[in-house]
Amino acid sequence: MPVTTSGSRSILICSGKGGVGKTTLTANLGIALARQGMRTAVLDADFGLRNLDLLLGLENRIVYTAQEVLSGNCRLDQALVKHKLEPNLALLPAGNPRMLEWLKPEDMQTIVGMLRESFDIVLIDCPAGIEDGFKNAAGAAEEAIVITTPEVSAVRDADRVIGLLNTRGIKPIQLVLNRVRPKMMANQEMLAVDDVTDILALPLLGLVLEDEQVIVSTNRGEPLTLNGSGSPAAQAYNNIARRVCGEDVPLIDPAKVRRGLRAKLGRLMQTKIF
Amino acid sequence: MTLRDFINKLLGRQPASATTAKQRLQLVLAHDRSDLNPELLEQMRREILEVVSRYVEIDIEEGDVSLETEDRVTALVANLPIRRTKPLPQQESTPDGDVPGEADPVWTASQA
Repeated sequence: MPVTTSGSRSILICSGKGGVGKTTLTANLGIALARQGMRTAVLDADFGLRNLDLLLGLENRIVYTAQEVLSGNCRLDQALVKHKLEPNLALLPAGNPRMLEWLKPEDMQTIVGMLRESFDIVLIDCPAGIEDGFKNAAGAAEEAIVITTPEVSAVRDADRVIGLLNTRGIKPIQLVLNRVRPKMMANQEMLAVDDVTDILALPLLGLVLEDEQVIVSTNRGEPLTLNGSGSPAAQAYNNIARRVCGEDVPLIDPAKVRRGLRAKLGRLMQTKIF
Repeated sequence: MTLRDFINKLLGRQPASATTAKQRLQLVLAHDRSDLNPELLEQMRREILEVVSRYVEIDIEEGDVSLETEDRVTALVANLPIRRTKPLPQQESTPDGDVPGEADPVWTASQA
């Protein structure tokens, strides 16, 4: 069991399937939490394919990684990369992929325990899959956010991960539904929000609409939540951050995003008749 | 069923793909969660039918034993239409008669 440091939280961000938005959520949520005044650390637990540094625009400032901290070659504060524009946020970069050969769940717990001593929230960006990388990361977390998209493969993989998290006694486990397309949902050509929450039986922490600005922001290495963007995804990430802090923020209704007669008709057609 | 599904059905069209997706997911997750392989399930189905048919005459063709899942609980659901009850060997034999209303008893065993 992870070391409990009073008041500090460790949250795993995982999905099972790759490419559904784990790292993007970690980067944006990290910045959003930091902007709310929370001392936030983001830990890249994906040692095989690290990318969190790139999404945060910190790739050129890495000197040491989690590897040097664990082997005692540097202090934690030397390895942490502080964000210049958001000093409440620090990244602990993933070590060399070769670390995977010897890294144990205890090592991960050690790292997270150290981070929890000086941060209010530690976000752990979990690797895809359910193998060792996942197990190491999950062993260091007390809470989890599962992110998925309204697609059969992503939902199935999320279900596997939720099963594993339940066995480990991690809670709460909350759901973020990413890449929601209101128009396709209205036409019932995409799994509805209720379909996904019914199937996975998790409380919904947030809905993120499909948003081209996400790609633009990753191109620049500036998370959307950093520059006060009002784009749909930025709003969603900010709302998720507020909910993580315990604020009661209403969820957006994808059906109400669209206006006009066609949208009305779409809503009518979604009426459950029996 | 949503209004759109209903209209599609009336017009003989395929259901909306979201409906298909949900049904496929529920089926595959029931299997994923129970971790029973298809052979084992088939064997269990045969044995259940065998036991039940010792007592009542059931419609083997219509009989269905499947896994269903709701709220992360997987249930084994058997739906076995009874054609007629069989006279029990120990009891005085009574003339066979059709079961009125053809009851569909549902036998459920839950697995967390």
